[in-house]
Amino acid sequence: MKRHLPLALLVLTAIGVQQLTHATGTAFYLTPLTMAAYYSLVIVGLCLLMGYAGQISLGHAGFFAIGGYLSAMLTTRDLTPYQDNPVLVLLDKLGCTVTGQDMFGGAVLHVHPWAAFACAILITIAVAYGIGIPVLKLKGHYLAMATLGFGIIVYRLVLASPLFGEADGISEVPAFPLFPGLAVSGGFESRVSNYYLAWGMVACAMWLLANLIHSRVGRALRAIHGAEDATNAMGVNTARYKLNTFVISAVLAAVAGIFLTHYNGGIGPSEAGIMKSVRYVAIVAIGGMANLWGALVMGSLLNIMSLRGMFGSYDDAVFGLILIVIMLFAPRGLLGLSLPQGLKRLLKRGE
Amino acid sequence: MTLELFSQYLLAGVTYGIIYAIVGIGFNIIYNTTGIINFAQGEFVMLGGMTAISLTQWLPLPLAIGAAVVVVMLIGALVEILFIRWLDRPSVLRMIIITIGISILIREAALHIWGDGVRSLPYFAGNEITTIQVLGARVSPQVLWVIGVCAVMVLALSLFFKYTLQGKKMQACAANRMAATLCGISTKNMVTLSFMLSAGIGALAGCVMSPITYTQYDIGTGLAIKGFTVAILGGLGSSMAAVTAGLLLGLIEAFSVSVVPLAFQDAIAITLLLAILFFRPHGLFGSKDAAGLKEF
Repeated sequence: MKRHLPLALLVLTAIGVQQLTHATGTAFYLTPLTMAAYYSLVIVGLCLLMGYAGQISLGHAGFFAIGGYLSAMLTTRDLTPYQDNPVLVLLDKLGCTVTGQDMFGGAVLHVHPWAAFACAILITIAVAYGIGIPVLKLKGHYLAMATLGFGIIVYRLVLASPLFGEADGISEVPAFPLFPGLAVSGGFESRVSNYYLAWGMVACAMWLLANLIHSRVGRALRAIHGAEDATNAMGVNTARYKLNTFVISAVLAAVAGIFLTHYNGGIGPSEAGIMKSVRYVAIVAIGGMANLWGALVMGSLLNIMSLRGMFGSYDDAVFGLILIVIMLFAPRGLLGLSLPQGLKRLLKRGE
Repeated sequence: MTLELFSQYLLAGVTYGIIYAIVGIGFNIIYNTTGIINFAQGEFVMLGGMTAISLTQWLPLPLAIGAAVVVVMLIGALVEILFIRWLDRPSVLRMIIITIGISILIREAALHIWGDGVRSLPYFAGNEITTIQVLGARVSPQVLWVIGVCAVMVLALSLFFKYTLQGKKMQACAANRMAATLCGISTKNMVTLSFMLSAGIGALAGCVMSPITYTQYDIGTGLAIKGFTVAILGGLGSSMAAVTAGLLLGLIEAFSVSVVPLAFQDAIAITLLLAILFFRPHGLFGSKDAAGLKEF
């Protein structure tokens, strides 16, 4: 029961915040709050990988971009010229396509967002396995550099491909109709429903991850973090656990990328940049590595502050400073500081 | 491919390759004394170029470059003293994150000091249209400056490690830190010295390359990736192998221009890096057994 307390708290906070913005007439805060929720999905996934399995990834913005860009590309590019392609005919038969009109009234053909979603997730899983199998054999600096290299390759590819809009990115991404009557979109009138949708997804992810880390899998992961060789000797297939964790966190990043792209109505190459990956790592570090709730709290706070433009042109510098200060003085995270004990000591000195 | 074109690519490859080699040696110097990969290595190159460009307002070019190298060496020492010296046996993950943080801070500071414009030092000899003929190819004399200065640096470093007391002390630290401490060598000072040394060679490389490659606040990351590729390719910790590996990477990049679009050129180094990491993490010239003993 105790385990579900934070989850209930999350739901209550989400409702409370919405009511507060409604009461004070500051509903414009809902937009950064919704975006922060999607970024939080990436962060809790990375937290599982870094904090519990002990594997650093400096390329998670790459997975976010794979999800976001594939979904954006499939739902905006006109497929009319390929109408007779057997794959497209099959998709059409399955009802996975939508027809529409372009600005001149001509007929255009897109992939349905759900089909694009499935495609993006499948490709993310394939890429994550393809990258994960060789990369996770590496340790320390090598792992960091290899994941960083993966992130840069994704960034270079989206920046150099006309298909992905090069430096402009992809805009005018349509809304994502999840169920009839409920769509992920940035429309003014659907602001409240999208806010709940996003935080609902975060709550689901937290529930799944919390269950995961309190299971056999979670114990195996923590054992890997503690001493990999010893865990191997105990008969745990460490390679498989690390790989599956990597894939889970990649999928979470891709899901976040897909929904945030449909919410914003577009995606640009900066979402794939190295600074984004570093920022995710910074937030996991400040949350305390092996602390899902810490990562969620710090991630939401910092992302909202950043999205509201509170750091001005020092945005990246702030995250760099956070990384250094946290790693130098509080490697167990801001929430991991034993503040009560420190206070006690101060009080005693006062006496 | 005509002979002229071939030597044109060859010279371009050697020019870039020797710069990558210098960055790779910078990685190795710090790695050898500390076991840390300094992710801020590329930032030293950028700082060297930028500082020299600013100093040319008041000083003649050679003095400005000399002063820039000294300033960046001091910054290197400062970084080590502020962020690394006092940590007690930090974990690798912690050091990776700290040096990444340092590189972001240096880059952002440079952005706020110098702006995001592209800058460059004046050509050391002649101007941007001066060319000389080498092996049938027409190149700027600056190319010879880059190759010459970097080659002298490599030579000076190998002499430094072989014949001077400080150099031998640093090698002792690299071989066995505990034994070096027992012999009365202050390993902490050696670490500071290694940061100064690698900041200094990075800064000098940043100055000589500035007229032809230009200097911008964010060139550090790309150079760091390539320097790291070179360090790994040669076998982490071995400086002279890094030179061979650097030239190899430079030549691969230069000759690939005729096959691969320019936009994907950075991807070549990274693909090479990933391939090396997956198949031969101890490097082309390194020994597998020796690599197994190192911690990373």
